[in-house]
Amino acid sequence: MAMKENGHKNGYRVIGTRPIRPDGVDKVTGRAVFGADLHLPGLLYGKVLRSPHAHARILSIDTSAAEALPGVKAVITAADLPQVADKVKSLGESVGNLRYMSENTLAREKALYHGHPIAAVAAENIHVAEEAVNLIEVEYEPLPVVLDGREAMQPGAPILIQGLRTDELGKLGSEPTNVAAHIQHKRGDVEAGFAEADVIIEREFRTETVHQGYIEPQNGVALWNDDGHIHIWCSTQGAFAVRSQISDLLRAPISQVTVTPLEIGGAFGGKINVYLEPLAALLSRKAGHRPVKMTMTRAEVLKASGPTSGSWIRVRMGAKKDGRITAAQAELVYEAGGFPGSPVGAGAGVILAPYRLDNLQIDGYDVLVNRPKASAYRAPGGTNAAYAAEAVADELAEALGMDPIDFRLINAVKEGDRRADGPMLPRIGYIETLQAIKNHPHYRQPLEGPHRGRGVAVGFWFNWGGKSSVSASVNEDGTVNLVEGSTDIGGSRASIAMQLAETLGIAAEDVHPQVVGTDLVGYNDVTGGSRTTYGTGYAVHALGVKLNEIMRELAADLWDVDVEEVRVEGGVFSAGDRSITFKELVAQGSDTPITASAATHPKDAGPAFAVHCVDVEVDPETGKVTILRYTAAQDVGTAIHPSYVEGQIQGAVAQGVGWGLNEEYIYDEEGHLLNASLLDYRMPTAPDLPMIDAVLVEEAPTPGHPFGVRGVGEVSIIPPPAALANAIHRATGVRMTALPMSPSRVMKAMIEH
Amino acid sequence: MQAFDYARVSTVDEAVRLLAARNGDARVLSGGTDLLVALREGRDSAGLVVDVKGVPELMEMFFDRGGGLMLGAAVPCQRMYSDEPIAQAFPGLMDAASLIGGVQVQGRASFGGNLCNASPAADSIPALIVHKATAVIAGPGGRREVPVEEVCVAPGRTQLQPGELLVQLRIPAPEPRFGAAYQRFTPRNEMDIAVVGVGAAVRLNADGDHFEWARIALGAVAPTPLLAAEAGDALAGKAVSEAAIEEAARMAQAAASPITDMSGTAEFRRRLVGVLTRRTLVAAIERARRAGTHWNADLR
Repeated sequence: MAMKENGHKNGYRVIGTRPIRPDGVDKVTGRAVFGADLHLPGLLYGKVLRSPHAHARILSIDTSAAEALPGVKAVITAADLPQVADKVKSLGESVGNLRYMSENTLAREKALYHGHPIAAVAAENIHVAEEAVNLIEVEYEPLPVVLDGREAMQPGAPILIQGLRTDELGKLGSEPTNVAAHIQHKRGDVEAGFAEADVIIEREFRTETVHQGYIEPQNGVALWNDDGHIHIWCSTQGAFAVRSQISDLLRAPISQVTVTPLEIGGAFGGKINVYLEPLAALLSRKAGHRPVKMTMTRAEVLKASGPTSGSWIRVRMGAKKDGRITAAQAELVYEAGGFPGSPVGAGAGVILAPYRLDNLQIDGYDVLVNRPKASAYRAPGGTNAAYAAEAVADELAEALGMDPIDFRLINAVKEGDRRADGPMLPRIGYIETLQAIKNHPHYRQPLEGPHRGRGVAVGFWFNWGGKSSVSASVNEDGTVNLVEGSTDIGGSRASIAMQLAETLGIAAEDVHPQVVGTDLVGYNDVTGGSRTTYGTGYAVHALGVKLNEIMRELAADLWDVDVEEVRVEGGVFSAGDRSITFKELVAQGSDTPITASAATHPKDAGPAFAVHCVDVEVDPETGKVTILRYTAAQDVGTAIHPSYVEGQIQGAVAQGVGWGLNEEYIYDEEGHLLNASLLDYRMPTAPDLPMIDAVLVEEAPTPGHPFGVRGVGEVSIIPPPAALANAIHRATGVRMTALPMSPSRVMKAMIEH
Repeated sequence: MQAFDYARVSTVDEAVRLLAARNGDARVLSGGTDLLVALREGRDSAGLVVDVKGVPELMEMFFDRGGGLMLGAAVPCQRMYSDEPIAQAFPGLMDAASLIGGVQVQGRASFGGNLCNASPAADSIPALIVHKATAVIAGPGGRREVPVEEVCVAPGRTQLQPGELLVQLRIPAPEPRFGAAYQRFTPRNEMDIAVVGVGAAVRLNADGDHFEWARIALGAVAPTPLLAAEAGDALAGKAVSEAAIEEAARMAQAAASPITDMSGTAEFRRRLVGVLTRRTLVAAIERARRAGTHWNADLR
């Protein structure tokens, strides 16, 4: 790595530094405006009636008593929602059928999970709305419930959607089923590969439904104006994705929908699909075009937003004595919830991705169960998959008497290898990331003491480029107003502004980024897939190049030289022996305002790898796992703002630890969610986590990106449960094959061991 | 949340009068950390909420080595552990006071409220029971005093009748060579409800090697917090030994009648009763031995 004397890598002036984030002061002083802070004149408050049953036919809905309650302005049911036809819709991180999206917004014939919206009310205040919701009379015919994916695949299981047919490797099945899709990746001859192996390990794993756990509940304000224009203010990862869903679900022309994104208190994939926004819009129209605000309670968020899939996974891997893997096979059953669309496709792509394999077969099943419809959650589908594969890899390394890092080094994929799901790998930094852990003081120092163990695991994530549009105007003082449409869920205003500042050769503080709504900037894909710093960074670089061209012309005019003679480097324009800085040049004045815009769609986002190492101590009397030390190395390409890259890694590890140790949806036999609160849904708190040491591996800048950016937001949620399981094995001798590895389960396994 | 009437009272009599006048739909508000959440979430309803934080007797705390601790029913946990003489005299109560909720909640939540909420998993109740605490209850017919272990009768229910108000908790002064501890097991280290909670208190002989008496109380393993009387009594007169502690732990396990729910299985809970009984007894013995030295130092 080339280090300049000022400590910045590769000669960068801004990239690699740690300026204060543009949104920081507003957030720490409470001035930032989140969705629930918005207040408009004449505002009404909406509330949703939700199904008390996990599976039931809706026989009738009587809203008359609710409508008669003083203060109630509108009541809606699915009858108020336009009928929409089957249409596959891509929202970047997830794909869904529009008809199912509509039925998830408001149940039409059947309620498919506990908490499924049935009706909604708008009233003068939230208390009246709550009371009115309780006055709606719904007659249900409860139906048998299926909660487990593998049970839902059995003949005779309760069928959730009568018309559903399996998409069997691209061909449609003929029988009613809960299996929405079967996908497969195949290469070589798996059985021949296993025949070659000296050791074969095969294990089955179970993971539970878990939630993103963003602190800010879903919220939205809608105003459906008399002129037919719909304005939505909400907390979302993508204003344009909300616009498109509103347009499709409410059959409104896209030109009649404006979406203004407000600040977001966390999303992690869970704020791409709309839940409340279409209801608020319908209520607004029905209530005489008054604005309607809706906010979920925590219980509603857990019951009826989009957690990620529980799963059952079987992995079989074989290797020669020298450590080389000869064959690997995986079967993944992912629970989609009440409607098709689990992240099993991504899981199938992740599960064997770190390993160079000549013989492989992966089968994935997307299965309906009576749980909320799964939505994206940080590296969707990846954590479940790696939990299974990395535990088997660990066991295989152990059986061969090999160091787990060395075992992975022997089998590591590199540039030019083909992924299980097809694409060729570009330059990646996986091997360098493995070496970063192997050489880290944490890994080199032996772990001592009873009931302690160390585990390692690796993770792969695809990353995404996506479409971005940006524009900028240069102010008279040489500062730059940057307008972007990528909602900022992880510090991206800082990382985007820094890339523009680097391109222009000005200070990060001289770029003022602003995230705006759908009417004020060109199209932007959602903030997801670890794409924003990469993709929107790509766009601001293009924008900066355009601004520099305008500035070169200004300099050429100033010096009366040909524009070809003006060179620009690091914010200094020069021709011959004359030179002038960006700011000085702006101060000279421009006859026309200096503005530019750019729109880009880079398609070669480099995938990310993470290698984690964790030390645990297990209480032999209670099964409680205490994390002693955690080191997470990640292939980050180039860290634009290292603090926020570290923050992404630490946050991802914290979520992965929660998934691994305590988080789970707990249902009774009738499918009622029992732990719909943050007291009983146990995400880790600060006292449950050690300092998470994030190691940024910057050996492999992403080819094709002007600054070598690699998406960093997701991959580090993938290894933690597997790393913990492997550490628990070293500490106790038991292999935990089900998540979460909560104290009671670990204790039970230790007793049975 | 439904509308309700609100009254802030300044005397016990006034509170009792208001509570007695309602047909069971009045609720007492002190810190509100349970009541307000329950009302908001629709798990409870109230026609009248009587705020007792303005009643001096409920907000006062007195301690002397003769009369023990008189703890107003609405005194928040934070005031307990911030009071140095009280915190030093009752480390076993402070174990519980510093566990209930986070710092913000401890600024509002009281032991009296924790007792009246009558959760089987309440942290303060096993600690109070092993300290031989009593509850002073005021009602239309006057005042009565009952042992804390008799207050709770079912999950969420106490023996208090409509019109009655918990005024004060009385905790005897620590005897010489007395030690107590409360510990709970939670999957997380913060913001969690006890899967099992165990309080233990011991008084040792002058040499500190025999039990004079012991009390063990259990949380979250029965419909109410439970005094495991036999387990404690069995230690009286015995030498302090691993075997004696093990035997007490076994008896405490026998006294528990845990259920399986989302916090843990019955089997796991019974196991934890044994583990925590051992751990709290060891902690209580350690404190008793140290208290012995301090006590003697005080007398010199």
